[in-house]
Amino acid sequence: MHLILFIVFAALCLTGAVNLLLQKHPINSALSLIVVMTSLAVLYLLLGAEFLAAAQVIVYAGAIMVLFTFVVMLLNAGREERTLGSKAARTVGFPAVVAVLALIATTILRTQGIGNAAIEDQITSTADLSAILFTKLLLPFEVTSVLILVAILGSVALARQGDGERVDTK
Amino acid sequence: MNTVHVVQHEVPLAWYLLLSAVLFCLGIVGFLIKRNLITMFMSIELMLNAVNLSFVTFAHQWHQVRGQIFVFFVMMVAAAEAAVGLAIIIAVFRTRATLAVDRIDLMKL
Repeated sequence: MHLILFIVFAALCLTGAVNLLLQKHPINSALSLIVVMTSLAVLYLLLGAEFLAAAQVIVYAGAIMVLFTFVVMLLNAGREERTLGSKAARTVGFPAVVAVLALIATTILRTQGIGNAAIEDQITSTADLSAILFTKLLLPFEVTSVLILVAILGSVALARQGDGERVDTK
Repeated sequence: MNTVHVVQHEVPLAWYLLLSAVLFCLGIVGFLIKRNLITMFMSIELMLNAVNLSFVTFAHQWHQVRGQIFVFFVMMVAAAEAAVGLAIIIAVFRTRATLAVDRIDLMKL
């Protein structure tokens, strides 16, 4: 059961990621990224991370991707012209990507003692997660709230700046 | 008989790590070949997700909650990053009226 679910959703994940690269229109890329993120949520669930699976769907597939599709539609982004990237990307970038992938893959495959995942493994409940998050890691958790506040203020300031200039020119 | 039964129902965690590595490299390739500001940003999100998958895999491997908490913080930072980044993209589009990165090559307005 675990194997079947893993193969189905890993394949869905990879197809979505490849489709993101092949699509020319940004809205199609955004939709395939939603497929990737939702199937990653199922993989998190298979690994026993139930809270993260829910957060992945709500935060990533929900909030962030809605923001992306909203911006794509707001800016009316059309088809992009296909290039193979700059000369530096061709000569250095792609061989480097292949080298990184080969390095990581050989390291993973050579390492002994990486265990297995089965469907009857223990699930990390939200209570376990919050017990550490709200005791030992309370300070970093509170600092992230400041980060989110700064991000909200920053994006509002960035979005309003253009309006002010436009009013001035008129 | 019993061992065969167990093997059929288990997935090596190395496969999850390999999937994470492949997704990360697809994100890098997307960042290199895409010429649109928004799709390049999406490739960065893909890379962040790939790293999150390996965090969750290692949290499962070591039976620790820390890895999952790391993913939680990465999600928070990614949400903040997406909001600010998309606001910057809107501001750039207002002044340049284009999303092609080849034509956005000056910091000066």
